[in-house]
Formats: sequence, C-alpha cells, structure tokens
Amino acid sequence: MKGPLSYLQPGRNTKVSDQSETMSFIPGQPVTAVVQRIEIRKLRQGEHLILGFSIGGGIDQDPGQNPFSEDKSDKGIYVTRVTPEGPAEVAGLMMGDKVMQVNGWDMTMVTHDQARKRLTKKNEDVVRLLVTRKSLEQAVKHSMM
Amino acid sequence: GPWAIAQEERPRRHGHGVHLLRVLILLWSLPGIPQTRDDNWGETTTAVTGTSEHSLSQEDIVRITKDLEDSVGLDCRRYFTLTLAVVLGLLVFLTPLAFLALPHLLWPDKLLVCGTACEGLFISVAFKLLILLLAVWALFFRAPRAGLPRVFVFRALLAVLVLLFVVSYWLFYGVRILDSQDENYQGIVQYAVSLVDALLFIHYLAIVLLELRQLQPAFSVCVTRSTDGETRHYNLGQLSIQRAALAIIENYYRDFSVHNPALLTASKSRAAKHLAGLKVYNVDGEFPATPATGPGNNAATGVAHSQSRAMIAAAARRRDTSHNELYYEEAEHERRVRKRKARLVVAVEEAFTHIKRMQEEEQKKAPGDVMDPREAAQAIFPSMARSLQKYLRTTRQQHCHSMESIQQHLAFCITNNMTPKAFLESYLTPGPTLQYGRERWLARQWTLVSEASVTSGLKEGAIFLLKCIDFSLVVTAKRIPYIQLSEEFIDPKSHKFVLRLQSETSV
Repeated sequence: MKGPLSYLQPGRNTKVSDQSETMSFIPGQPVTAVVQRIEIRKLRQGEHLILGFSIGGGIDQDPGQNPFSEDKSDKGIYVTRVTPEGPAEVAGLMMGDKVMQVNGWDMTMVTHDQARKRLTKKNEDVVRLLVTRKSLEQAVKHSMM
Repeated sequence: GPWAIAQEERPRRHGHGVHLLRVLILLWSLPGIPQTRDDNWGETTTAVTGTSEHSLSQEDIVRITKDLEDSVGLDCRRYFTLTLAVVLGLLVFLTPLAFLALPHLLWPDKLLVCGTACEGLFISVAFKLLILLLAVWALFFRAPRAGLPRVFVFRALLAVLVLLFVVSYWLFYGVRILDSQDENYQGIVQYAVSLVDALLFIHYLAIVLLELRQLQPAFSVCVTRSTDGETRHYNLGQLSIQRAALAIIENYYRDFSVHNPALLTASKSRAAKHLAGLKVYNVDGEFPATPATGPGNNAATGVAHSQSRAMIAAAARRRDTSHNELYYEEAEHERRVRKRKARLVVAVEEAFTHIKRMQEEEQKKAPGDVMDPREAAQAIFPSMARSLQKYLRTTRQQHCHSMESIQQHLAFCITNNMTPKAFLESYLTPGPTLQYGRERWLARQWTLVSEASVTSGLKEGAIFLLKCIDFSLVVTAKRIPYIQLSEEFIDPKSHKFVLRLQSETSV
C-alpha cells in the first residue's frame, strides 16, 4: 500500500522542515528529505514472518561499498534487494531506497544488527516505513511547477 | 698519403656491396714486404672491410705503425720513473741507518755509552723501518697496469715532499751533529727515530691522497660508444681526467660488448644510397675550378653552401621510401637469424649426445677408444661446424671467432660438463672485449682527447673523448647530487586495523 507523499514526520532524531530538497547529511544539522510512507504487512512463511527485502548499511559498516547511496559516507540503512511478488514489493518498496524510520524508530544512525532487530520484531504484524529516494524529490519539483 | 681514393664506384662481379681495399699501394710504401702486381688496381673500389682474411685492413696498418712508435717511447719513460723511485726509496731507507752508524764510524771514542733507553730505541727504529718497508712495498711496488699521458700529480708532489724532508734532515744532521761531533748518542738515536716516525706519517698521507680520497663516489659519468651508441653509466670519485679515463677503459673492457665493424655497414650503405640519388646542376654560372684565396674564396664557399642547401631541400621534398625497405629488411633479417639459430641449437644438442664422460672403471676396460677433451671436441665439431658457420655469417660475427678458438671452447665446455646451451651462449650474444682474441683488445691504441688539462680534476659537465682506432668513447661527467635524507619515526604500537564489512541481511 502506497502511502501519500509527505514530508518527514518528527521522530526521535529527525526534525521536519518546509523545504526538503536535499538528501545530504551535514553533521549537526537536521536531516531533511522527501519521504514516502510505506506500510508492509508481514507474510508468514513457516515459522518466520518475512517482509521480502534485504537491507544493507549501518553505522558499523563500510559506507564506501554501498552501491545505492549518493554520498559515499552515508551510513544509513538501504534496501539492497526486493523479492519479487513479496510483501515489500506489493507495498511499493523499491531497491535503493533509504529507510529513515521504522514504526517511529529512527534508522539513520543505527547499527546493522539494530536495524535488523527493529524490522523483525515477532510481535508486530505490520511495519510502517518512511523511505526516501531520489526520484521523490524530482516528483515534488514537477508537481510544484 | 700513400694511398689513392678512387672517384667512382663500380661493383665487382661477385657481389653487390663487397669491396676490397687494395692494400698493394700501401705495401709499396713499407719496405721489406713482398710485392704482388695487380694491373687493375686503379679501376677498382676502395672501402674498408674487416671481413677478408687475406688482406690487411686500414686499421691493421695504422695499428702496426702505432705499435712501432709507442713501444720505444713508453718503455723509456717507465724505466726513468722506476729508477727515480728506486733511488728515492734507497735514500729514505738508508738515511736513518746512516744517522745511527756515522757517529760510530767518525768519532767512536768521543761518544757516550748507549744506555738502556737508547738501546730500546734501536728496537723501535728497526721495527718502524720494517713496517715502513712493508707499507711502501704494498702501496707503491705494484706492477703498473697502465701508461698515462701525464705524470701523476699527487705522486710527484709526494716524492718532492719526501725528498725535501729527507734533505732538510740531512742538512740539520750535517750542520749540528757532524760538524760539531756531538757526543750525546741518545739524542742522535732519538733524532733518527723522529725521522722514521715522520716518514710513516708521510706514508699515511700518501694512502689518504692516492687511495682513499677517490673511493667515495662523487661523479656519475655517462660513456657512449660513438659507432653504435651503446651507453653505460659509472660512479667515480674525485679523480683527475686521466685516471678517470683509465677507470672507464677498464670498465669498458668488462661491460661493453665487443666492437664489431661489420654491423655498421648497413647504415653506411643506406646513407650512400641516399646521397647517390641526388645530383647538383648549376644552371646559372660556371663551377669554380679551384677554391681561390682572397676575396674570390667567399664566392666559392658561397656556391658550395647553396649547393648543399639545395641538396638538403631536394632530399626533404623527395618521397623517400627507404624507411619501408629498412622495415622489411630488418624483419627478414630477424626471421633468417631465428631460423639459423634453431638449426644451430638442434645440431649442437645432437652433437653433444654423442659424447659421454667415461667412469673410472670403464676407462680400464676399453683403452683404445678413450679420447681426451681436445680429441673429443675435434670428433664432434664437424657435425655442427656448418650450421655454426652459417649462423655466424648471418649475424656477421664470423671474423670474431676462428675455427681454432671454437674448438678450444668446445673442449673447454666438454671438460667442465657444460650443456650445449652453455656452449652456445658465447656465440649467441656478443660478449665483452676480453673474451675474444688478443688482436681485438687494442689495449695500446687509446688516445685521450680533452679540452681541459688531463691532470686537472673531473668537473661538472666535463666532456672528453677516448679514441680507439675506429671508434671513440664519448664521456660526460655529472656531479652526484647532494642528498638530504630526513627521518620519520613510526611507533610499532601504532599499527592498528579495523575490519570493514558490508553485510546484507534479508528480513
């Protein structure tokens, strides 16, 4: 299910701003980005609840090897693969998206393992992600013109 | 000169490019050599070749005359310096002994008795003289390995210093001791000891000036052979130009491949063909008959200049295809050399299989067939002789190796259990000059050509030439730069590493 385009909601470590044209990260400054809300319903496969995508990145990983990030020092969590016909693809998640929040929890400054844990909580059926991608900014620009 | 140069070229019937120097003209001028008549000498060509076995080339003639001149001059100088050195040496060694002996001979009754300390000094004098003798023998009495054009400046200065020193000691001795007939023998002995001490210090000075000073490298010299451009670089210390030339020549005999004039004929013939294609016609005026002196000379040289300029311009404009010929010729030559080399390697390997080293027990069983290395070499040589000769002809090395030398080398290789590849190595690559026969060494034919005085030291940018008979070595000296080395300390504990991961987890 695709969520409406919206500006970033206030979360734990992020602040909202009116003009959100860039995705770059300046230390000490609030992060601004155009995000899309995506709601994924977990699918039961045997014993596990799966979401149908893979993540890469984290503050304990090497940001230079991330093929999807624009800024090679970006240590955020990125979607590296999306299983075809999985719940994530159905919900509108695309490869290369950067995950900014999961169920209200910030994902811009977490380790890889923490991110995995936040996504795979056993007592949650639905995860609400805020993801950003480059094409979102261009879409906003076009819509404003 | 005693030979004439023909004005035209006419190729002989048996080969294009094979020209023989008619040495008969030269032979007429040297007495005592048998003469043969040839009526065609005026019509045939004159060019230098090193390949013919029956006639002397121009180089040989020059070498013979030079040998005759030099052997007399150099020996005179060598004996002169040798006698000077011997005289100086005898003077130096006999002086302390004379100082000690003369009082006993001239006024024995007046002399005070020599006490213990004085006799102790006798031992000291004896041992110091022995050390001085050994040191002088080690430093100076070595077989001279070269004859240099000018005298060694440092050696001459040291000899003069020693002479002055000894003479001044004799003066003092003569005036203060002999004339006054001093009775204090101990003082005289101490005087003799001080002389020997000072001589040892002068010997130390000699070591430092003659041997140690040029050990530290200060100049890098670039040596280029003028005929084929082979270049090497050497590091030398602070030497005079003549000593640097000597060091360079000794390195030349070790490092440079032997000079082979047969390899240069190709470029000479190309140059000749290039010039032969152009002829100059003077359309406007007459040719000047002879270059006249005075104001007319300028006109003659002016016409000559314009002629050569016209030739150069015409050559530049002409579409020259000689580069094409060169390319294909070189490719063809390369192919031919490789083919001959393959045949040669196979022939030699096959020949070597016929020879087997006999063990001790077998030798007693069949005494009839046993051969020594020389006979073994002669036995297997014919099977490889043809392919070896063809290979040497293709690479134009055939005059560097005589049949005798090849058989000798083969016997040497067989004796020392060398493989066929090892035997062939000296024919496949040209080696240093000393590897070949004595007539190629030309060790007495070097001339040092220098604008600066040959006893002055090497300087930055010094250039001089070492001329041998048909090639020369161009030497350029450059100073080795002053090196500033700085230090960086790395604490061994600072070597720390992190693991950089990029994991991917599916959720």
